[in-house]
Amino acid sequence: MSSKVYPNAVAALHDLVDGISLMSGGFGLCGIPENSIAEIARRGITRIHAISNNIGNSGRGLAILLKQHQITEATCSYVGGNPDLEEQMLSGEVKVNLVPQGTFSERIRAAGMGIRGFYTPTGYATLVAEGKEVREFDRPCLLELPLSADYAIIKAEIGDEYGNLWFKETARNFSPLMAMAARVAIAEVERLVPLGSIEPENVHLPGIFIQRIYQGQGYLNDIEVPIYNE
Amino acid sequence: MNTKNETINVRQGWSKFRMADEIIELIEPNSSLNLGIGMPTLIAERMPREKRVFIHSENGVLGVSGRPTRQTVSPTLINAGKETISIGPGASFFDSALSFGMIRGGHIDMCVLGGMEVDCAGNLANWMIPGKKVTGMGGAMDLVNGAKQIIVMLTHFSKDGDVKLVKQCSLPLTGKAVVDLVVTDLGIFRPAMTHFVVEKMADGIGLDDLGPRDLFFA
Repeated sequence: MSSKVYPNAVAALHDLVDGISLMSGGFGLCGIPENSIAEIARRGITRIHAISNNIGNSGRGLAILLKQHQITEATCSYVGGNPDLEEQMLSGEVKVNLVPQGTFSERIRAAGMGIRGFYTPTGYATLVAEGKEVREFDRPCLLELPLSADYAIIKAEIGDEYGNLWFKETARNFSPLMAMAARVAIAEVERLVPLGSIEPENVHLPGIFIQRIYQGQGYLNDIEVPIYNE
Repeated sequence: MNTKNETINVRQGWSKFRMADEIIELIEPNSSLNLGIGMPTLIAERMPREKRVFIHSENGVLGVSGRPTRQTVSPTLINAGKETISIGPGASFFDSALSFGMIRGGHIDMCVLGGMEVDCAGNLANWMIPGKKVTGMGGAMDLVNGAKQIIVMLTHFSKDGDVKLVKQCSLPLTGKAVVDLVVTDLGIFRPAMTHFVVEKMADGIGLDDLGPRDLFFA
């Protein structure tokens, strides 16, 4: 097996092309793959279908790609706090598929886990139900289908050469699920460590789900809404 | 009842802190509680430790405990509103699928979330105003269909002076027949199909202050 370790974002993202579907981990700006996003911005890859909970926020994260008009379709659960997306959605430049967050994460998980569909009460009797099969269990439920992608870009605190990952606090969010659901999962880490450095019990995502890994640099780790007890 | 009177009455109602405290009174000790973004996060700041309530935030944490200090703040420790938080003893972190499994699977005892409109049939609208504003539903549609008890926390009147508690929601729904209780700055209200039952009113507030007289009954 050839090594999964790449020297940097340029190398790890070398084969991304226009028109790809791209999952990106993070909740707001927490846990976003900063280096991979910057590289996609630098490359100017266009016609991206971005799949991410917020598609960036406050002009940062994936919103950098929105500003450069690199995204034409977005699948997400929340638009609030992202004026770039709201503007391009209302003008029709970006097609936005709004998905309830639990359905969003479960559809991604299903894709990674080989589940071909599932029924959920979420969204019943709302706009989300339009065009979907309804089946009566203890109550009416909607059929939801898996959500996969060509690439996933994610960020973890610590990763080893096999791609075993350890996430810090709430930075985990969608990242492990997206890694499972993409054809190629690219992880950037704050600290790349030798095999054996992460105790097996502490591996949050086994490396089998990761195809490429690299040591990131220059992390901003922005805080969106700082509130202190003082 | 004229608009001027309404404005005065709104001022006489509960503060958002008092609203949070009224909800805290309703929460069982040792239970699990999900808090939505906006006003509900005040509940985490004011929850007494001795109640041992485990607060869940959909982005992947159970055991939220108020706010950090400038020394303890961490960019990777946030709530669903992307605000900095701290955690208490026994807290845990997990991915979004497990987080929503807790919600959808019925493991969360109570959820407090905001709203734009709530009606007496227990319908809630809180994610878009057609042609005007779209925030997206985030986790709200999962929460209203998953948590055991749903409390909507909102101001009684919109900025334009419209009552947010209505006979029938006009905005696109978040969930149908899902709301158990509504807490506003004027009181506590229970949807009862054809009207709201007034469970409690803020001091100095009368039935006439709440909205259409045929919608609220003591």
